[in-house]
Amino acid sequence: MRSVHISLVLVVILTLAFVSATKADNHDRSLTIVWAEWDPANYLQELSKDFTAETGIAVDVIQIPWPSFQDKVFTAFVGKSDLYDIVIGDSQWLGRNSQGENYINLTDWINENIDVDSIYGPAMTAFAEYPKGSGTYWALPAEVDAAGYVYRKDLFENPDEMKAFQEKYGYALAPPKTYDQLRDIAEFFTRPEQDLYGIATWYSKEYDGITMGFQQVMWSFGGAYGDAENYKVDGYINTEDVAKALEFYTDLLKFSPPDAPNYYWAETLNAYTSGKVAMAMNYFAFFPGVVNPETNPTSHDKSGFFIAPAGPKGHYISIGGQGMSVSSYSKNKDLAKQYMKWFMQKPVQEKWAALGGFTPHKEVLQSDTFKMASPFNEAFAASFPYLRDFWAVPEYAELLETCQTNWSEAISGIKSAKDALNAIARKHEEIFEDAGYYDE
Amino acid sequence: MQTNRPYTASRGMSDYQLKMAFIMPTMILLILMNIFPLLWSLYLSFHRYKASMPAAPRFIGVRNYSRLLADPEIWGYFQTTAYFVVLAVAAQFFIGFGLALLLNRDFRYKGFVTTLLLLPMMLSPVVVGLFWRFILSSDNAGLLNFFLSPFLKSPIGWTTNPKVAMLAVVIVDTWMWSPFMMLIALAGLSAVPKSLYEAADVDRASAWFKFRWITLPLVSPLLLIALLFRTMDAFKMFDIVYVLTREGGPGTVTETVSMNLYKLAFRNYNTGKACAMAYILLIIIVALSNIYVKYLNRVKGEA
Repeated sequence: MRSVHISLVLVVILTLAFVSATKADNHDRSLTIVWAEWDPANYLQELSKDFTAETGIAVDVIQIPWPSFQDKVFTAFVGKSDLYDIVIGDSQWLGRNSQGENYINLTDWINENIDVDSIYGPAMTAFAEYPKGSGTYWALPAEVDAAGYVYRKDLFENPDEMKAFQEKYGYALAPPKTYDQLRDIAEFFTRPEQDLYGIATWYSKEYDGITMGFQQVMWSFGGAYGDAENYKVDGYINTEDVAKALEFYTDLLKFSPPDAPNYYWAETLNAYTSGKVAMAMNYFAFFPGVVNPETNPTSHDKSGFFIAPAGPKGHYISIGGQGMSVSSYSKNKDLAKQYMKWFMQKPVQEKWAALGGFTPHKEVLQSDTFKMASPFNEAFAASFPYLRDFWAVPEYAELLETCQTNWSEAISGIKSAKDALNAIARKHEEIFEDAGYYDE
Repeated sequence: MQTNRPYTASRGMSDYQLKMAFIMPTMILLILMNIFPLLWSLYLSFHRYKASMPAAPRFIGVRNYSRLLADPEIWGYFQTTAYFVVLAVAAQFFIGFGLALLLNRDFRYKGFVTTLLLLPMMLSPVVVGLFWRFILSSDNAGLLNFFLSPFLKSPIGWTTNPKVAMLAVVIVDTWMWSPFMMLIALAGLSAVPKSLYEAADVDRASAWFKFRWITLPLVSPLLLIALLFRTMDAFKMFDIVYVLTREGGPGTVTETVSMNLYKLAFRNYNTGKACAMAYILLIIIVALSNIYVKYLNRVKGEA
């Protein structure tokens, strides 16, 4: 009887040991990708099923709500957590996470395993390379995005509206090609008595809201954040051109819904889908929600798309999207690289694009199949030559914070445009000086 | 055969060892979770250090403190915080104490009404901030503007107009925390002996006289404790501002010290400077608390 008991205990112990070993083995053969909570992350989870089918490696795409995305990932980095194997992070993160040793250097691996020429060049620079132009890579572009506009075709193509617009402004009502035209159209459709406004764009103080919205206007009006060679800011960001751009951007508030100073992605999207505005700016990655009858029952089939307009001194558009990096603290670095290599293959990129992802693959991006895949893909592809980015240096968060605060103060009337820009120039140079950029 | 040996002796532990065995887990936790971080952050506050970068902390003396104290923006955040504390705590005091006076009598459904009034302070501040964000929206969806619309030409930009944004934060915080003040005041009021009021009635004392010379002196020690808690808490205001006015907007109109401290510590990862700022905040709160405690002792002595 006693030997039976001993045997039973041994069986239980062996079973437990087997179960834990299997679990451990599964753990080794699984990958965790962290990304923000939005549609592309769902597409990636769907796409990754093919990778699991091919390799047996399970892939879990963890989604973190946008407002806390950066904070959570960076906190995990500070704690050297191995929670995430692959991080799909903003382009601005490159400087901090490469210099902070949170991303592994992928230069040699990319040169040996990835056909860099197949990737759209500016995307590789924006999402993978730090310092820019150095040929040192820390990521591969995963989702390439741009700020674009959606507009109400039913309003723009209404004969009465077209006639009235022509009479008032002396040219035909059509998607705007310049910021002056954008202003005219926004003014024309602003009818508070009908709860209709001309435009919804980003003014929010949250994360990088107003900065991403305004910077493309600033560049197109002839401004710049500074000189990327010597990090001088004074005389670049606080010029007359930038002041004019900021006044222009503030002026657009007159043609926006009353709550517009709080608007960011979700709010601009809601304003548009609820029929409150004639035009709305957002990243193209959010536009599937505009053409989806479930999320936009009123104008899903009446929406057109256009690229951000040109300014008096150029044509630039805020880049969106993220690059795919391997966490230095991951215990599955080789699996992560295996996944990234698989992801960059042309057939996979084609499927990624078909699911709704914005591919960085040059051929796929330029194919007619991609352009026809959604009503907004053509405008997205047309935006590519004009993309520009914020500073990607390790101090980007402090630089961004200064812009957010001062631009928010300018649009709220707390500071004049000139004062806000001078404050940014002064503070940015202080940050660069503290970080030792002027030492040499 | 049973022996009557002491329990501890049977395990070979003296009374002292037993006491230590009970106390040590708490002591270890306290040291690990409170004392060590407190000392470590004090150490870091004298160093140039970014938790997000691999470089080791570099000693820079009191530079973090001197730069913070010389920065007019930081003083601006302190001013904003002080403005908020004064407005919010005063509003909560008057509303909370007023509600307590109203509830300090017998009426039908008193328990139910009291529970209902206590509900706001049981909610998470983030949830409160989020739903007040919708209530205060200046678009048509905003409930408050909807009710006020017959009296207004255009909706009030509760969270977008720099002139009223702070008022919006005060309203939300007052809605949430007045019940706390009410609860403490109610506890104080119910402890006042009825015989004092009866004696005053015999002397034909006026209602004001009874309030001024009986109610207020006996309740004030508890009210001061409530004020102390609320002042300390309001000085640390973060969550409602983070959600309601989108990180302290418009501009920096509602950006409190804690909000700025969060950005300094967890956005910019300027860890050394953030530690110094946390210590400045700690010193201010301790000083304020001391003033309250001294006043409280004086009031207790008088009572």
